[in-house]
Amino acid sequence: MSQSYNRGLIEDFGRWKEFSAGMWAWIFHKFTGWMLIGYLFTHIAVLSTAIGAADGQMMMLAGEEVNVYTGTIQGLESLFIIRVLEVGLLAVAVFHILNGVRLLMVDLGIGLDSQDKSFYASLILTGVITVASVPTFLQGVGF
Amino acid sequence: MSTQQQEQPETQEAPKDPEMKGQQSPQQERLDKKEQGLAEAESVDESDVEGESVHLKVFRYDPEVSGKQEPRFDEFHVPFEKGMTVLDALIFARDEFDSSLTFRHSCRQAICGSDAFFINGSQQLGCKTQISDLQQPVRVEPLPHQEVVKDLVVDMDHFYDQMHAVEPYFQQEDLPEGDLEEQRQPRENREKVKMSTRCIWCGACMSSCNIAAGDNQYLGPAAINKAYKFAMDEREDEEIKEHRLRILEQEHGVWRCQTQFSCTEVCPKDIPLTEHIQELKREAVKKNLKFW
Repeated sequence: MSQSYNRGLIEDFGRWKEFSAGMWAWIFHKFTGWMLIGYLFTHIAVLSTAIGAADGQMMMLAGEEVNVYTGTIQGLESLFIIRVLEVGLLAVAVFHILNGVRLLMVDLGIGLDSQDKSFYASLILTGVITVASVPTFLQGVGF
Repeated sequence: MSTQQQEQPETQEAPKDPEMKGQQSPQQERLDKKEQGLAEAESVDESDVEGESVHLKVFRYDPEVSGKQEPRFDEFHVPFEKGMTVLDALIFARDEFDSSLTFRHSCRQAICGSDAFFINGSQQLGCKTQISDLQQPVRVEPLPHQEVVKDLVVDMDHFYDQMHAVEPYFQQEDLPEGDLEEQRQPRENREKVKMSTRCIWCGACMSSCNIAAGDNQYLGPAAINKAYKFAMDEREDEEIKEHRLRILEQEHGVWRCQTQFSCTEVCPKDIPLTEHIQELKREAVKKNLKFW
């Protein structure tokens, strides 16, 4: 709503310390949603550079000649930062799924009284799954 | 106790003095002593709570006085009393320290809906919020996302416009036969709308709503809750309910709600606003679903 003067940080995210569970769930859901869309486009862009593999196009990777698809994937997977980003992608996707289920429940009017608890539960579950996935994702690079 | 016993003979002597010169009547003496005792007890009480004063930080702004156009926070130290609410503290600050401090209040029992403030970062009724439950200093600000008229007074016009936009009045046209017939509401139905009738129009929910802050046309939780009360009322005909749902399913109606539960958290009357909005969403979908 319109303001006739500046009330400082009262009106915006300066209030983040006072946000309730439902508000955090909303912010995280938006954030993870945008991250997934970003990943989707990156995914399409990366794979479209490797499409030449179908015509037998080759490239050099670590002194070996491999086809473009294998080279692109293996080249990316050998980078530590990509492995870390994969862990991040999993965390983002898991939270989005779990909170999505929570929102579905809210839409159906089930368990609205414990909406904050289900948010905390989805956060904890996301954390657990993410931590458990680290050894798998960092195999051969960090571990 | 010991002093009382010592003085007792004195009080018995007193009546012997006919003119009572220099002497008080025993009754007067007792009254004096009682008063003294009371005063002592009071002073003890005061010294006990002397350390307990309420530190208030109150938002001040007055567009009509040139020196006060810059928003600022004034600090007040109000003596704490047991059971003191934020409104009590504000009233004390206004009466004792600064008579220009402006805020709305009326009934002081959480039913008029005048004194919703932004207290320590959440929308609460001043008269319902105990100082003892709050962390000091207590920051009192006007409701966010509403224009400030002066100090803690915000412009409620937009909120009232939204409340009226949902046609918050009974619209049943077909009345029952007979002059004295009443329009009875079944108990179960009354129970269903019970919580929604408790709205006091304080505007706390609207102020807490992130969506309402960004979308001025959004009806807001209070107005949708008001519509819920009538839409769920079985005494109204089906066409009227459909008419109500048509208002609600507009772009800036129920679908704007993104279930942040902010309104439900702050509602001083504990109305399950999000639940009501969600139910209306389902009703709106049901109305539009066609299986042919």
